[in-house]
Formats: sequence, C-alpha cells, structure tokens
Amino acid sequence: MALFLEFVIAGLLCIGLFAILGLVLVLMERKVSAYMQIRLGPNRVGPKGALQTLADTLKLLSKEGLTPRGADRFLFNLAPFVAMIGTMLLLAPIPFAKGFQLWDINIGVLYISAVSSLAVISILLAGWASNNKYSLLGAMRSGAQIVSYELSAGLSIIAIVVLTGSLSISDIIASQADGWWIFKGHLPVWIAFVTFIIAVTAETNRAPFDLAEAESELTAGFHTEYSGMKFALFFLAEYINIFIVCAIGAILFFGGWMPFHIGNWEGFNRIMDYIPSSVWFFGKTFFLIFVIMWFRWTFPRLRIDQLLNLEWKYLLPISMVNVLLITLVAILGWHF
Amino acid sequence: MTLKTYFSNIFSTIRSLLKGMRRTGYYFTHHKEIITQQYPEYKPPLPERFRGEVVMPHNADNEHKCTGCTACELACPNGTIKIVTKQEINAAGKKKKALDTFVYHLELCTMCNLCIVACPTDAIEMAQSFEHSVFDRNSLIKTLNEPGSKLEEGIE
Amino acid sequence: MLEEIGKTEEGDLIINIGPQHPSTHGVLHLVITLNGETVKKVEPHLGYIHRSIEKMSESLSYRQFIYATSRMDYLSSHINNHGCALCVEQGLEVEIPERAQVIRVLMGELTRIASHVLWWGALAMDVGAITPFFHAFRERELLNDLMEETCGARLTMNYMVPGGVMFDLHPNFQRRVHEFISMFKSKIGEYDELVTNNAIFINRMKGVGYISREDAISYGCSGPVARASGVSCDIRKLYPYDIYGKVQLEEVLDDGGDCYARYIVRMKEMQQSLSVIEQLIDNIPSGDHMAKTKAVLKLPKGEYYSRVETARGEFGVYIVSEGKMTPYRIKYRSPGFSNLSAIDHMARGQKIGDLVAIMGSLDLVIPDIDR
Repeated sequence: MALFLEFVIAGLLCIGLFAILGLVLVLMERKVSAYMQIRLGPNRVGPKGALQTLADTLKLLSKEGLTPRGADRFLFNLAPFVAMIGTMLLLAPIPFAKGFQLWDINIGVLYISAVSSLAVISILLAGWASNNKYSLLGAMRSGAQIVSYELSAGLSIIAIVVLTGSLSISDIIASQADGWWIFKGHLPVWIAFVTFIIAVTAETNRAPFDLAEAESELTAGFHTEYSGMKFALFFLAEYINIFIVCAIGAILFFGGWMPFHIGNWEGFNRIMDYIPSSVWFFGKTFFLIFVIMWFRWTFPRLRIDQLLNLEWKYLLPISMVNVLLITLVAILGWHF
Repeated sequence: MTLKTYFSNIFSTIRSLLKGMRRTGYYFTHHKEIITQQYPEYKPPLPERFRGEVVMPHNADNEHKCTGCTACELACPNGTIKIVTKQEINAAGKKKKALDTFVYHLELCTMCNLCIVACPTDAIEMAQSFEHSVFDRNSLIKTLNEPGSKLEEGIE
Repeated sequence: MLEEIGKTEEGDLIINIGPQHPSTHGVLHLVITLNGETVKKVEPHLGYIHRSIEKMSESLSYRQFIYATSRMDYLSSHINNHGCALCVEQGLEVEIPERAQVIRVLMGELTRIASHVLWWGALAMDVGAITPFFHAFRERELLNDLMEETCGARLTMNYMVPGGVMFDLHPNFQRRVHEFISMFKSKIGEYDELVTNNAIFINRMKGVGYISREDAISYGCSGPVARASGVSCDIRKLYPYDIYGKVQLEEVLDDGGDCYARYIVRMKEMQQSLSVIEQLIDNIPSGDHMAKTKAVLKLPKGEYYSRVETARGEFGVYIVSEGKMTPYRIKYRSPGFSNLSAIDHMARGQKIGDLVAIMGSLDLVIPDIDR
C-alpha cells in the first residue's frame, strides 16, 4: 500500500513538474529572445505576461488534432507520446535537492544517456508516419544528427565518470563536496564541458543545430503535420529535454545541488550551506538553459554536412583525446 | 590541413561566436535599448503629411470649398471618387453647377494623394486616421460633404 | 556526371517550396527535385501575385500609372517611381529643377539603405539567425519615419511625379537624416559582429551559389547579384541620371560570384549610399521642387525607355506612346525576374539549406518578379 502511495505521489510530482517547467521555460525563452531582439516580449496576459503560456496552452487544447490523409494513423498518434514518455523517464534519477531524488540507481548516468536516445525514435516515427516530405527530411536529418552527437555527449560524460569513478549520480555529486569539477579538473574538464554543451544542444535539436525543424528550409520539419495538443506534446518534450540535459550538465560539472565549496575553507563553506540546495540546483540548471537559449538567439543555423563535419572532424577526435587526458589526470591524481 | 590550422580554425570560430554572443548579451542586459511601442496605449504622433484618408474640411458655418469640378475624380487612378452635382440658383439668380454628394470609396483608395494635388480649391485633404477596419465594407463608402453644407463664399 | 544532374530519376523527391513557405518571403513557388539533401533542379513557378500592372497602366494617364509601380518592388518604391517619372519626362522634354533632382537622388539612396538593411535581416533569418531581423528593423524604422514626414507614406510612396517631386522637403528632413547617419554609423559595426564575421554564417555563404561572370551576363542578372560576379552594371555610374553624374560614387565590384560576395557587395553598397547622402544632404540647392507641367500630360508619338538602379538591379521602363492621354503600351524590366532565373544554375548540386541561402542572397521581392 505504501509503495502504491509512493508511486502515486511520485507520478503526480512528475506530471506537475512537467507542466510547471513547460510553462516557465516557454515563457523564459520568449522573454530571453525578446530582450535580445530589443523587443518587450509577451506582456499582456497576466502580470508582465506571466500567464501567456497558459493562454497558449488553452488555445492549443481547443484546436483540432488533425491526422492527415495517408498518414499512418497509429504511429502518427503514438509519436508525441513516445517523445513525452521518453523525457518523463529521464526525470527519475535527477536529484532536485539534497536527498530529493526519485530513484537513486547506481548506473544513473548510463541510464540517462541510454534513455535520452529514445527521443530520436519519436522524431523518426513522427517524420515517417506524417506522410509529408518535409517531415521525412526533418526526421532523417534528426536521426543522423542525434546518433552522431550522442558519441561526444557520451564521451564528455565519461570524462567526469572517470574522475569520480562512479556512475551513480549521488556519488558524482558527493565527489564535488570540496569543489565543483569545473574548478577542480583543470583544462580537460573545461573542454569536456564545452563539448557537452555543444553536443546536448545538438541532441535536443536546438538552434544552431535545429535542422530537424529548420523553419526556413523545412517549414517545421518533423512536426509539420502536427496540430493542437499533439504538437504541444512535442513542444513540451523539447523543453523538458533541455531542462534535463542542463540538469545533467549542472550535476556533472557544477555539482548539482552541492553548494559552492572551496577545498577546506570551513567558514566559507558553512555560509554557502545556508542557501538551500534546491536553489543551487535550479540556479545552475537555469543558467545553463539560459546559455543554450543565448546560442539559439545569436547564431545562424549550420548546414547538414557542416553539422556532421563538426561532430566527426572536430568534437569526436577532441573529446577522445580529452578522455585520454582526463584518465591521465585521474590516475596521477593531478586534480584538486 | 595541418594541426596548427586545425586548432587556429577552432579558436577563430569560437572567438567570432563569442563576439556575437557579447552583442546579444549586451541587448539582453540593456533594457533601455528596447524600441517596441505599445500600440493601443501609446499612439505615436503622425506627421501632418501622413496619408490616411481623404476628408473634406468644413468651417464653423458648415461650408466646404468643393465646387464639384470633378478634377479629383479624373485624377484618381482607381475610381475612388464619385461626384454627383446638382443645378443650383445662386444669390445673383443665375443657375450654377454645385456639389450634391461627394462619394468617397475608402475601400478602393490607395492614398496616392493625386486628388489632393489636383484639387484647384484645396477642398479636400488627407487625414491622419489609419484605423479603418470595419465589419461591413459598405461602411467604407463615405459621403464627404456634411448634410446641409454648402459652398464657401468666394470660391469659384 | 554533369548531364546526370538535372534529370529526374526513380527515388528522387520532388518538393514544392512555396507558395506558402517561411523562406520565400512572399508567394514564390519553387518546385525542387531532390536527391536526398542535394538539389538536382529548381523550377520557379510564377503567377501567384500577378496584378497585371502593365496592362492596367494602359488605361491610366501619365500621372496616374506611377502609383502602381510603388507596389511592384515595394522595398525600393521611390526608385521605381523615379524610373517612371524619368521616362515620362524624357517624352515631355521638361527640365527638372536641380532641387528636385537632389531630392530624388537623396530619397533613392535612403531607400537603397532601407532595402539593404531589411535584406540583411531577412538573409540572416533565412540562414537561421532570427535576432538580426529585429535589429535591422530598428534602423529601417528611422528611415520610414523620416520618409513618412516628407512623403506622407512609409512604403508605397508615390512621391516622384513627372516634373519633380510631389511635395517639398519637410523642414525636419535634414536634421533627421543627420541623426540617421550618425546612428547608422554606430550600428554598422554591430552588423559585422552579429553576422558578417560569424564563422557559421561565413561557412554557410562562402562557395555557395556560385555564378560566373559569363553566366551572370547571359542570365541577364543585374544589380548586386551581377556586380558580385564582377559585371560592371551600375546604371548610376554607366548611364547617370539626374545628378548622379556629379556625385562621388564608387561602383562596388567583387569577383567571388558566391553568396558571400553578394553579401559583401550589398554591405559595401550601403556605405556608398551613405557617402552619397552625406555629400548631398548639406548641399540641397534652393528653388522649386517641381517643374511647370501641363495639366494633361501627352507624350509625343514614339517609344521611350529609361532605366534606373534599384536596390535589386536595373529597372527599366519602356513606354510606347500614340500621342494620346494614356500610354499605348508599358513594359517594365524588373531586376528580380532575371535574377530569379539564375537560381536553378546557382542551386544545382547544392543542399536544401544552400537553396534557402541563395534565395536570400538574391534579395527577391516577389511582386517585383511577378507584376
């Protein structure tokens, strides 16, 4: 009975977090883009436009969920749910605060990199089942993109795993109690961090790597034919995905909920501990999300061959050499 | 490609990208650079030459300056203006052509200003109104001369 | 190998880009044949915004037909009006007051900057950067405001009339142009930071959509598209009209022939236009803004042709007159039409993303292509 109750509470929390994150992130994106584009952004619905996404959701709910003729009905309608379930599964091993973690599995990092590759299945399904040439092109692009960028994302995660010696997320965070890896690990960790940010931007199909939905080329790419709530599910899944990859980045390189500690400065560390751990976690995550949004509203889009060149000619060799360097650092104990 | 160009490529790329990010970051933090105008609340003043709609000004005695010469009707490229004239007996007891109705089709007007230029008596001018949307297009067909109005004294 | 490109085979994907598509900036319809991501053939289809302006003009008088040309290339409406006015004046053989000539050239160059600024933003948006588009509108808005003050309209001006210009300059005009010049000079560095020097942008542009000098000539390209391939074709230099012969103007040439060369040519042209404006703005001669013309204009029987350099290239006006109140026939030579015809040549063997970049670099205005 207690187990059942636990399930219900966890499920409700997950769905609630989903909804709130979706609303907050969409609003944040619109505000960030507006300020960078010397605009005001949404400012009519609610105080300073805070309820704009709620109004958008209502609009999307009231729209017709169209299934185009000639589409594979079952797969077409399945795809948004696959996208949603894939991202929901990723929430399980993420610690939102000290001791606030749904599932402290000992292979947490491996689990995340395995499940996050489910996203490509939903995109391929959506693209193929839509019976639309734009969607198909978008899906194929996305397939090539996500499969290749997972390599360097995985390698930069391995860099931290090598330093920590554990795949468990709570162990990784605990290992940063005397300083975050980004400060302890010298240049190789910085390289790993930059590679990670680039790779996850590509993995989540964000500009400048948004070739799957490149609006000036493929109108909307894989979700061209989706409307109403089915489109909203894709949209939401994209934002939750961004949140999750940024949370992983924060955990690996910035110590997750771990406050800012310096070696053995006891007094300083104690002051830092007064700030709640959830604030640390969300602060770091939202900072990384902001950086990814910053990319989107500054850079032009890459072409598909340049995208693959970047991965196979630059990111992958660099991160391979980098893993070697980090192993050396870890073995010789050169990190702080 | 030597190893040196390989790395210098990477660094110059990153530098150029960071410069762009510095620019957008500047605008993100400097909100006074925002140029958006909040339209229905704030209506920017329009210059007096702005061409929004043809109007016929009337003076306090409900008099206009239109003699009904149809110069504007001829000057209009779209057939926007239709002038209906009537025969009127003036003070001297002579029969004279005068304006009956000045029909203006706002829905056909391209605001080219040719009618205003053509008018010999400056009877019509451009107004600065621009919010012309209506639910029924018939309400865009306007009669410019006020009911009961007549020609100003001394205008031939 | 070359013969194979352009043939449709089993497994090729035929895609309609447009008439409703985010990157066609209007109702351009391109039927493209794709092999995977590679473009094999591009076929432009026109006719979605045909308003038969040429036929319509046959029933309008020589004063009336000019307003419609503002609606062709709406981004350089002043220059279109200018071309028509020149053609009618050629027939009337009237002398234009120098003040009117200076005003016309000033307005033309301001329009060119406004058009190029918008093109800059739209090109950046085509290759995926949305922010420059909004920054471009900040500068364009200033120009629109100052034109609104003098001409009474922001887009469809109808300001140049046979014999001169419709109104005299607004008293604020010179002050506002000076304000614009100083503002624009401080912002043009940002354009380079945000787009020109951006490594991703350079990679998207360099070597894409190449057209050689010979091909540019044989396709009839004009304007920045041809000048980027090294064809000297600036009407302002070669056949100076109004006071262009008296101002210092450098023709911007580049021999790259690719999208990046076209980009650079337009960016430099903005500087050139700015220098023309700077030369003229403080030296506007006093006098009349319009020559005396008859109430009803009648062109003597014959054929008249005049050309001007719009922001997109050579705009020609050809009038056949029978000596009546209305022209017998009007034909416009629009720059966009010829520039668009080269798109197939430029895009073959490139990727879809390149096709969008090429479309952006051609600076197409659809109502100009399809009158």
